[in-house]
Amino acid sequence: MVTTDTAFRIERLNIFYGEKRALKEVNFNIPAKAVTAVIGPSGCGKSTFIRCLNRMNDLIPVFRLEGKIEYDGMDIYSKEVDVIDIRRQIGMVFQKPNPFPKSIYENVAYGVRIQGFNKKESLDNAVETSLKKAALWDEVKDRIHESAFSLSGGQQQRLCIARALAVEPKVILFDEPCSALDPIATAKIEDLITELKKDYTVVIVTHNMQQAARVSEYTGFFMMGELIEFDNTQKIFTAPSNKMTEDYITGRFG
Amino acid sequence: MHRNLQKIKEKAIEKALFLSAFFSVFITLGIVGVLIFETFEFFKEVSVFDFLTDTQWTPLFAEKHFGIMTLFAGTLLTTVIAMSVSLPVGLISAIYLSEYASKKIRIAIKPALEILAAVPTVVYGYFALLFVTPLLQKVIPELSGFNSLSSGIVMGIMIIPIISSLSEDALHSVPMSLREGSMALGSTKFQTSIKVILPAALSGVAASFILGISRAIGETMIVAIAAGQQPRLTLNPLVPVETITAYIVQVSLGDTPTGTLEYKTIFAAGMSLFVVTFGLNMISYFLKKRFREVYE
Repeated sequence: MVTTDTAFRIERLNIFYGEKRALKEVNFNIPAKAVTAVIGPSGCGKSTFIRCLNRMNDLIPVFRLEGKIEYDGMDIYSKEVDVIDIRRQIGMVFQKPNPFPKSIYENVAYGVRIQGFNKKESLDNAVETSLKKAALWDEVKDRIHESAFSLSGGQQQRLCIARALAVEPKVILFDEPCSALDPIATAKIEDLITELKKDYTVVIVTHNMQQAARVSEYTGFFMMGELIEFDNTQKIFTAPSNKMTEDYITGRFG
Repeated sequence: MHRNLQKIKEKAIEKALFLSAFFSVFITLGIVGVLIFETFEFFKEVSVFDFLTDTQWTPLFAEKHFGIMTLFAGTLLTTVIAMSVSLPVGLISAIYLSEYASKKIRIAIKPALEILAAVPTVVYGYFALLFVTPLLQKVIPELSGFNSLSSGIVMGIMIIPIISSLSEDALHSVPMSLREGSMALGSTKFQTSIKVILPAALSGVAASFILGISRAIGETMIVAIAAGQQPRLTLNPLVPVETITAYIVQVSLGDTPTGTLEYKTIFAAGMSLFVVTFGLNMISYFLKKRFREVYE
């Protein structure tokens, strides 16, 4: 079934928010250099899941994790691991575009600057390369020092992708990246995701099943905090082996 | 008949509500009116040029000089000292409370800080005069009993809650998504606070600074008690000075006859004070408005 290398190896993952259990005994291997979609009805734990992969859930005080998430052979929740390091390798793009109140240039340069690189040439270089990779360069190259808020929603989201790419991560996590965008902007982001999988491992959470079908090679279906089924996207959408997956795919609930 | 009575009642109630609502506006207009009128009277006898350029302030002596600069120097000096205490401390506590402190600690510390604002300023005044000055004299023996240093420092302590509370509000209202965006790029909490959250909240933070400055300029009791009442054109923090507010206290308390030139000086001084603090409050108002527009 899964023949490529594994990027994330997740074993018996249980997540609790205080008393509430958000994920139950999730075992999941996420392949490297491919797009893996995570789908499921609202509240199924798919966002919780993706936020575990770069430890964004650490920001929530009542969050508790049991089990193991290995990235590239290292346990990312072990005490020896530096969370800053994890997040530099595993970038994230959020539901709503969240550019910083800075210029377009400074938004992209930010991640490079905080690592202590402040030379103008290397910053210029990183900004241009990242904006090109995010397919935004041509639209903004003449107004790179204007505020990021002057961009449209779709452009802002591509700016956030460029900002994530500038740090040179290995993985990019997308948490419903198009839920605040119109169809045209969505199409652009989807093209971009397809382009990115050549060099990056991509995980995308989406509640839009067509989107999952369009962009991903693998799909995991979550319900009530459990991973119900994981397989090739084509198989999930044409011949799912689980009844619940089939019901969800065919729109019987969710 | 009955309906008519009700109509009259409604009208009367509306008028009463209107009067209450505009009472404070009328009072403010009245105060400004009196200030302008008396200031005008004052400038009939003293030229504006002398007022702004003379380097002595001696309206109560036989040889009269009306150089407001002398009093402004005292106000400026105490304000600068106060702000150099309250700015860093207030801002650092705001960043700590908004970005670092757990909910429990925030709930405990915020009211404690705000109690500082509830201490009567006369208590601060005696605290400066009888505690801080003797303490400082152990380190700086040439410090006089009345000086701008200790009153400035104590005034700064008094202003900390204004800055920390308003700045904390501004920092706290920066959307969580910006924190997440910054953390997801691998920044530390400190980098996120200083390079993303603080700039995003800048206009609110700046508004709190300006309100703090305007509070320091208008503060009366501490400087009247602890800074001395000797008008002196100096920037030396170790000697007694007199601020505009302290001068107004001095004249208001004394036996200066109503209607004399000496009496009118307090209106000219008050007017100068009003212009400065009014200007600062306007700047702070516009800054706060701008900062609301960005994130709502």
